[in-house]
Amino acid sequence: MTTETLLYLEDVSVSFDGFKALNNLNLDVGSNEMRAVIGPNGAGKTTMMDVITGKTRPDEGRVSFRDHALTSMDEVAIANIGIGRKFQKPTVFESHSVWDNLELAMTANRSTFASLYWKLTADQRDNIQSTLERINLVPSSQNLAGSLSHGQKQWLEIGMLLMQQPELLLVDEPVAGMTDAETEKTAALLRDIAKGSAVVVVEHDMDFIRALDVRVTVLHEGSVLAEGSLDSVQNNQRVIEVYLGR
Amino acid sequence: MSAQSFMPLLGRAGFIFLALLTVVGIGVPTLNLFTTPGSLLHVPDYVVTLGGKYLCYALLALSVDLVWGYCGILSLGHGAFFALGGYAMGMYMMRQIGARGVYGNAELPDFMVFLNWKTLPWYWHGFEYFPFAILLVVLAPGVLAFVFGWFAFRSRVTGVYLSIITQAMTYALLLAFFRNDMGFGGNNGLTDFKDILGFPVQAAGTRAALFLLSALALGTCFIAARVIVNSKFGKIIIGIRDAESRTRFLGYRVEHFKLFIFVISAIMAGVAGALYVPQVGIINPSEFAPSNSIEAVIWAAFGGRGTLWGAALGAIVINAVKSYLTGALPNAWLFVLGGLAIVVTIYMPKGLAGLFAGWKTFPTMPKQAIDLGEAAE
Repeated sequence: MTTETLLYLEDVSVSFDGFKALNNLNLDVGSNEMRAVIGPNGAGKTTMMDVITGKTRPDEGRVSFRDHALTSMDEVAIANIGIGRKFQKPTVFESHSVWDNLELAMTANRSTFASLYWKLTADQRDNIQSTLERINLVPSSQNLAGSLSHGQKQWLEIGMLLMQQPELLLVDEPVAGMTDAETEKTAALLRDIAKGSAVVVVEHDMDFIRALDVRVTVLHEGSVLAEGSLDSVQNNQRVIEVYLGR
Repeated sequence: MSAQSFMPLLGRAGFIFLALLTVVGIGVPTLNLFTTPGSLLHVPDYVVTLGGKYLCYALLALSVDLVWGYCGILSLGHGAFFALGGYAMGMYMMRQIGARGVYGNAELPDFMVFLNWKTLPWYWHGFEYFPFAILLVVLAPGVLAFVFGWFAFRSRVTGVYLSIITQAMTYALLLAFFRNDMGFGGNNGLTDFKDILGFPVQAAGTRAALFLLSALALGTCFIAARVIVNSKFGKIIIGIRDAESRTRFLGYRVEHFKLFIFVISAIMAGVAGALYVPQVGIINPSEFAPSNSIEAVIWAAFGGRGTLWGAALGAIVINAVKSYLTGALPNAWLFVLGGLAIVVTIYMPKGLAGLFAGWKTFPTMPKQAIDLGEAAE
C-alpha cells in the first residue's frame, strides 16, 4: 500500500438554496486505497461524488486529483483523466447488448469522428471477454442490458467502470437491492478491483462494509464526523448519537 | 461494398425498403414516359409529381427520425431546414427565369422590380450558378443547425425545452421570410419557375427525372444514415438517448455527438426541400410554419421511430391519406391527423414498423424514454 495521496478534498462547501449539503468537507484518498463512506440520509455522500465528478461545482474549497484541479473541469474531462463513477440507481444502456455496453465504456479515442470509423481489435475483444468473466455475465453477453436483473445491472455498470480503467472509482450504493449471495460476490469483486485502483464506496449496508474490511469515513451534515476502522467508528459516541438520535 | 456486408448494414426490413424504393424510383418514371396515356400500365403525370413530393417528405421524416429516434432530440423545427434548402433551390430557379418574367427584367426577379429595387441584393449573387445553389442547399441548413445546436447542446438544453426552442427558431424564420424587405419574395415566396439546368420544370421528362432523383436522394440518405447508426457513433447516440449522463461520465462529449447528428440531419432535410421545390413549383414562408415541422414528427412516429425506413414509409402513407382526404372529406383531415397522433402515441409506440416487424425484433426504447424522448438523468 502506498500512502501517496490521489484524491484530496479541502474545505469543500456546497449549498443548495441555503441548505449546506457539504460543510467544510476534508477528505483524502490514497492511490490504491479502498475507502468506505457511510452516513445517514442527507449527510452529503452523493453530493460529494457530484463534486468530485464535476456534476456540481463547490461554492468553496479545493478538489484535486493527482495534479489536476477538478473544480475547473467538467464531467467529461474528469472522466477522461481517470475517474469513473457508478450511480446509485444502476445506469446502463438498456437498449444495447451487454457486450456493446462494455465496448462503449472501453478506453479509446472518444472523439466524434473516431467513433464513426471504430473497429474492435483482437486485444480489445479479449479485454471485453475477460471483463465479462470478471462480472459473471458471459452467458448474457448478447442480451440487452435492459433484460438483466437488478443485481446483474449493478455488475454490468461496475464492468463498464473496469473497461474505463480508471485510477479512481466512485461507487454509489453498489449492493442496494442485492441478495446476500450477490452482495458477497460484489464485495469480492470490489476488493479485487481495489488491487489496481483506488475505490471510494458509499454504502448503507454494514455487513457489506464489514466484508470490505477497509477504512471508513462517516459523514454527517456535510462534514466528516469520524474516520477509522469500522469497529472504531461503530464505537464512537458521536456516531452512535447521529445514527440512533439523541 | 460486398453483398455480405450489405445485408447486416441495412437489416432485412431496410433491404426490402431499398428494393421497393428502387423499383418505384425506376418504375414510375419509366411507366410515365414510355407508355401511352390510357394504356393499363401508364402512370399519369400528376402521380409522378405527387409521388415525387411524397419522396421528399419521406426524406424529411427520415432526417427527423435520425435525430429523434436515435438521439432523443425531438426537433419541432426541422421544417426550417427543409424550407432553407427549398429557398436555395428556389433562388437558383428565380435567376433562371431571366428576362422571361412579367416585367422582363433580366437582372431582377419580378418581386424586386415590383418593390422598386434597382439592384440585386448581395446575397442573391452566385445563385445563377447551379453548383453554387447546391452548395447553399447544404450550407444554409447545415450552418443554421450548427450554430443553433452549438448553443443549445452546449447549454444542455434537452427534452421539451429543446423542442420548444426549435419551434421558436422555425417560427422566427417564418416571420422573417414574410417580410418583403428580407428579399425572399415575402408572403408570396418564390414561384413562376421556368426551368432547371435548362430543362423546363413543367415537362414530363423533367418531372420524371426529379422523381428519380428524389428516390435516389432518399435511398442514398437511408444508406448513409444506416452506416452512421450501425457504427460505434450510432451506439453512442443511442446511449445519449437512453442515459445521457452515463454517456457523459464515460467521457464522451455529448454535445459534440448531438451537434454532428443534428447537422447531418438538417442537411438531409435541406436536400429534401431542394428537391421538393421544383416539383411543387413554389416555395413560400408557410413552409416554415411550426405545424409543418410537427407533421413531420407525426410521420416519423406513425411510421416507427428508430427504424429510418419506418419514418419514410410513415410520411408516404400519411401524405397519401392526406391527399385523398383533403379531396374527399376536406374538413376531416385535421381530425384524422390529430387522432393519428393520439392513437400512435398510446397504442402503437413502435408505429407501422412495429406492426410489420413484430414486437420483438427491434430494440426497445426504455419506458422512461417514451415521452418526448427525454433522456433519463
